[in-house]
Amino acid sequence: MTTVVTPRPSGLPDAPSARAGTPPAGPPPATRTRSRLGARRRRNALLWALLLAGPNVLLIVVFVYRPLLQSLYLSTLQWNLGSPSARFVGLGNYVEWFSAPTTGRVVTTTLVFTVATVGGAMVLGLGLALLLNRRLRGRGIARTVAFAPYVLSGFAVGILWLFMFDPRYGLVQELLGWVGLESPAWYTARPWPLVMVIVVYLWKNLGYVALIYLAGLQAVPQDLRDAAALDGASSARTLRSIVLPLLTPTTFFLLVTMMLASLQSFDIIKAMTQGGPLGSTTTLMYSIYEESFVGGRAGYASAVATVLFLVLLAVTAVQMRYVQRKVHYA
Amino acid sequence: MSAVMIDRRVPGRSARRRSPQVGGYLTMVFATVVLDLPLVWLLLASLKTPEELYQVPLQWLPGSPSLDNYAQAAGAIPLGRLLANSIGLTVVGAGLKVALGLACAYALVFLDFPFKKLVFGLVIATLMIPPQITIIPNYTLVASLGWLNTYQGILVPGLASAFGTFLFRQHFLTLPASILEAAELDGAGHWRKLWTFVVPMSTPTLAAVALVSVVTEWNDYLWPFLVVDHADRMTLPVGLTLLQNTDGMSNWGVLLAATVVVTLPILLVFLILQRRLVAGLTAGAVTG
Repeated sequence: MTTVVTPRPSGLPDAPSARAGTPPAGPPPATRTRSRLGARRRRNALLWALLLAGPNVLLIVVFVYRPLLQSLYLSTLQWNLGSPSARFVGLGNYVEWFSAPTTGRVVTTTLVFTVATVGGAMVLGLGLALLLNRRLRGRGIARTVAFAPYVLSGFAVGILWLFMFDPRYGLVQELLGWVGLESPAWYTARPWPLVMVIVVYLWKNLGYVALIYLAGLQAVPQDLRDAAALDGASSARTLRSIVLPLLTPTTFFLLVTMMLASLQSFDIIKAMTQGGPLGSTTTLMYSIYEESFVGGRAGYASAVATVLFLVLLAVTAVQMRYVQRKVHYA
Repeated sequence: MSAVMIDRRVPGRSARRRSPQVGGYLTMVFATVVLDLPLVWLLLASLKTPEELYQVPLQWLPGSPSLDNYAQAAGAIPLGRLLANSIGLTVVGAGLKVALGLACAYALVFLDFPFKKLVFGLVIATLMIPPQITIIPNYTLVASLGWLNTYQGILVPGLASAFGTFLFRQHFLTLPASILEAAELDGAGHWRKLWTFVVPMSTPTLAAVALVSVVTEWNDYLWPFLVVDHADRMTLPVGLTLLQNTDGMSNWGVLLAATVVVTLPILLVFLILQRRLVAGLTAGAVTG
């Protein structure tokens, strides 16, 4: 994000309004009037700033920064949700998380889910974008259809796909039957529940990735591609040597955005598997919800939330560094 | 364009050109059908009788489309009330978010006040703080205020606008300063400048922020799910959870009918206002 605050002139100098008054002769009183008016103007601006920016800033402080700090504090407590008493345990919750038998499984699940959803969405999304970038009639409709799932409720999408995957009456088993495949036990047999959740997540986010890539593709100068074509480069070669390198900033942006979104996904998992069976679809995010609101261990859950927060922060930090380097090159 | 015209004149090439075009169409149609199928299937299934739903081999079209499933869903959960809740909370929430973002961005761009950069940093940095880490403390706060199972409990903690402030600010920085200076010369105060100059010159951004807020408010799940457990205060996605828990997966038709009620309104908003909504949802990429 490039966030440079450009200084704006705060309007015109005070001269016209000062002239409107009845200045006595001699420069010293005039300057005094001017500075008094300046002070009034500053006070006026401050009042308006309080009125206009105040509510938003207040909400941010109360509902974002306060809980952020409180969460860090809670992570050092042994404390159950709603309980009046808490015990300070220092880094005990973190030690417990790192040595818990389920942590390895949760981390692996999170990794598999993130890599599969982000990687899958990037590859399929780029493919879709390349397709939609061609001058095909009706591509507007295809674009709309591809993007539609992105605006739908994740929970509703989860329910819908749960029915699609129904092993006896679902559409997926029917379509698999057409090509002579037997439907796996999507709901119960590992790793199929995780595969199922990944497929749904891909379906929901594919259109977003495709659209961002499409915008990137349209910024690739056509004469570069024409020149490559005239030189006899195949379209695969043009893609590899010209289009993909020029898309690097888009790819990087999507990689980071999708990773952040994927690490925080909740509603699809809640609707489809509730983290099960036997914890096989419990991601880091889902385990925070389970520990705090199902198990009631809010202190411990806050420690897990801090771990997730640090992971997200690391992803963002990498992005910021990259963006800065890019600005440097430009 | 010119490359295509040259191609036409070379006979050998145009044949080779046409076949990838056919392949392109086939792929596009295939992709569209595959991506579209779940939604079509959902709508069809919600109109089927239980016998038609639980039939092997599958029956594609409902014999005689009926709204029985919808009526049953409305009997199991207060569907009308949930719809009203969702619409109300979405409209009020999105409206307030737009207002907060607009006002905050105006102050950040057109006013001079101490610690302006700090305030801007504070607002923008919240874009990087995942809501998950704030959930447990916010839940405790809302509970201690007695706001569980209330509309303000659902609404207020998520109101702060960072994304909207950011987009509005980006746009305000592009507005011609001369117009605002002229307004000031005419003696217009900040209130008038905001309403008669800045707002009318910002309609695309206003639409984008409003639409993105509508979509996120409507679909918001985890927070309202935690804060509400009375059926008459629930939003539609949370009500869907209730229905899933009570009717379970034994009664697909009813559950799917409710799913249509959750998804159809936002789908219509998307279809009607597609261009602006997409512009808003993908705005991060342009600025990022």
